[in-house]
Amino acid sequence: MTTTATTTTTTEPGLSPFTIAGRTFQSRLFVGTGKYTDFPTMQAALDASGSEVVTVAVRRERLYNDRGESLLDHLDTARYTILPNTAGCFSAEDAVRVARLGRELLDQMGNAGASWVKLEVLGDKKTLLPDPVGTLEATRELVADGFQVLCYSSDDPISAARIKDAGAASVMPAGSPIGSGQGVLNPNNIVLCLEALKRGDPTYPVIVDAGVGAASDVSQAMELGADGVLLNTAIAHAREPVMMAHAMRKACEAGRQSYLSGRIEKKLYATASSPFEGAIGYIPGE
Amino acid sequence: MDITVNAKPHSLSEGTTLADLIRELGLADAPCAAEVNQTLVPKRRHEQHPLSEGDVVELVTLVGGG
Repeated sequence: MTTTATTTTTTEPGLSPFTIAGRTFQSRLFVGTGKYTDFPTMQAALDASGSEVVTVAVRRERLYNDRGESLLDHLDTARYTILPNTAGCFSAEDAVRVARLGRELLDQMGNAGASWVKLEVLGDKKTLLPDPVGTLEATRELVADGFQVLCYSSDDPISAARIKDAGAASVMPAGSPIGSGQGVLNPNNIVLCLEALKRGDPTYPVIVDAGVGAASDVSQAMELGADGVLLNTAIAHAREPVMMAHAMRKACEAGRQSYLSGRIEKKLYATASSPFEGAIGYIPGE
Repeated sequence: MDITVNAKPHSLSEGTTLADLIRELGLADAPCAAEVNQTLVPKRRHEQHPLSEGDVVELVTLVGGG
């Protein structure tokens, strides 16, 4: 008797790579590196998330205090595409300065993200909602300066379309305010953003950025047709960040597959899954 | 001469370059981007960039963020 070894390959239909700002990734989940209690937890969570793109912030060097550990000692810059943000900028001018500083840092490190920026021009410290005028000004200036602008936006489809027209490589509408954990508060607006941004340009990448609280929020954003989701706090501040990172990875994949599979229409009344024909009992109304 | 580095006053001897300042602060081997008076100075030009009285220098790095 001959035993033939068989190899079982698990195929996950629909989970094809996607391209954004000239680079192709398998994972559609982008994660932040902020707010972790320690770097080993961050490293384990990034690994578990399956993400290939991670966001970072640009901040002053601590010159006179003990510098302590550096993020860069704990981030495998050969593994991840580093996406520097302009978080904390409340004017187009500051955001452009920070973007250039971030690009300079990544140039020094030889990281693939070097011309990328996650542009945030904020309008208000309490809500961290974007300033639409400043966002547009900064997008134009950075695009002219050779940046690939991945732009944080509100979920207003008109603003989103203007940002795309200004040359952004991706528009990233917020599900809800940054760090709020409220999920996708206005799914209709996300759908309108997707329609506006993908009209005649179906591969234009749209990332839902901000507001995620739980894995179901990621699935929901992906089911609406987003190309990806960017999150930070929902993993970093979960009680078990590494387990949550696993959940987020699977939720992103599940949401993508659910979207591609074509969901059923919602109906007011029930539709039986088992046939009435042949049922042996009394059926009301028959 | 007196300059400002990351919003704090800093005294330097005349003729100090941006590269000298970065070395003095122990940042020569760290990824560190520099702005002088709100204009980026790429690393390849640090040695040739003399600092002047009243200059406002920003020295930044990458930290955790979302």
